[in-house]
Amino acid sequence: MRKFNIEHDFEIKNIYEYYAKWIREGKLKVNSDWNKDLKIKFTVQDPCQIVRKSFGDPIAEDLRFIVKSVVGEENFIDMTPNRSNNFCCGGGGGFLQSGFKDERLAYGKTKDDQIQATKADYCIAACHNCHAQIHELSEHYGGGYGVVHLWTLICLSLGILGPNEREYLRDDLKELNVFHPETGF
Amino acid sequence: MGEAAVKIGGEKKSIFKDKVMELLPDGGNLNACLTCGACASGCPATGLAGMDPRKFLRMAALGMDDELLSSNWAWMCSMCQRCVHVCPMEINIPALVYNVRAAWPRETRPKGILGSCDAALTNESGSAMGTPVDDFIFVVGDVLEEYQENQPEFADMQAPIDKKGAEFVLNQNSREPVTEPDELVPLWKILHTVGVDWTYTSKGWAGENYCMFLSDDESWKHLTTQTIKAANEVGCKTFLNTE
Repeated sequence: MRKFNIEHDFEIKNIYEYYAKWIREGKLKVNSDWNKDLKIKFTVQDPCQIVRKSFGDPIAEDLRFIVKSVVGEENFIDMTPNRSNNFCCGGGGGFLQSGFKDERLAYGKTKDDQIQATKADYCIAACHNCHAQIHELSEHYGGGYGVVHLWTLICLSLGILGPNEREYLRDDLKELNVFHPETGF
Repeated sequence: MGEAAVKIGGEKKSIFKDKVMELLPDGGNLNACLTCGACASGCPATGLAGMDPRKFLRMAALGMDDELLSSNWAWMCSMCQRCVHVCPMEINIPALVYNVRAAWPRETRPKGILGSCDAALTNESGSAMGTPVDDFIFVVGDVLEEYQENQPEFADMQAPIDKKGAEFVLNQNSREPVTEPDELVPLWKILHTVGVDWTYTSKGWAGENYCMFLSDDESWKHLTTQTIKAANEVGCKTFLNTE
């Protein structure tokens, strides 16, 4: 938008900032009790577009605040490097659609190594490009970690995640705190 | 006596380099390269197609435009800007990559990216999956109704489209409405729980923009303008990117 100088009467924000704000204000009463005994481990992908390229480290901090509130601080393991210095997953810039699949997976090896080093069960990817690419990396390199949207975990923590809204979760989270299980397919 | 130094480039001028330097207010600092290699050492695309960001920039500086254009590397760089982040001189190599992409004749650019851009231009959704506005409105309404009925706690949940005066306009990646509509719902539930006054727009609702990846300035501008115009019409305070 800056590039094209298009007139607009609003500001542009990312929803992570608001998730964090709503949790701090008590409007989203999330907690991590569900994971106290399960101890399922999570890491988080900092999407380049949101962190390095747009809002910088402050939004990366918001992202971590949300994740820790939802899965428990002791169940969060950061990748190295991270925040604005994070590696791209290899799904961005149109790479997913460019046809250079072997090169895309080779590019993603850096990300896969980073995730596997955390030994996390899930990588949280709130960006669709990251989600698709990291999911493919997990399968291709055999890491076996799951990939999960942020909104899925927020709703899981609030106890309002229905059976059809968690199709892609692994077995460990498929049956947990299901809201209206009778509505499942 | 040593041999005469190899003369590279000669009188050749780099069109790419000059173009980027014209475009960016600070000239993209393209002449400031210290050749330190911090960019290349921290780039996951280093080594692909025998290229890396430092080499790419040096080739542009040496006027090797033909060689840059004959490599597919511009499509293997994700323009993530990590090279800019670590560069002591903040040289904008991704801007160079963008311009090299733009120098490919449009029809020769990768089919997948081209197809996604063209699909987004077929209707007013801006969706890379080509989903028309009416289909989007139908899916949102249909999914909402199903959840209102089946989960009584959410009987009052809304998913408005073009609601005038809403505080927030949200964009929506096409993947959910098109391939996994139940995935729309967790976000709606969060917004409902908080009591957010929000809306989608019918025109330009789709969040993705493959015309940008295609380096098609005119189409990129068209899609962005379409979305902004719709948000201006709502009169929202904040445009919220949902991913």
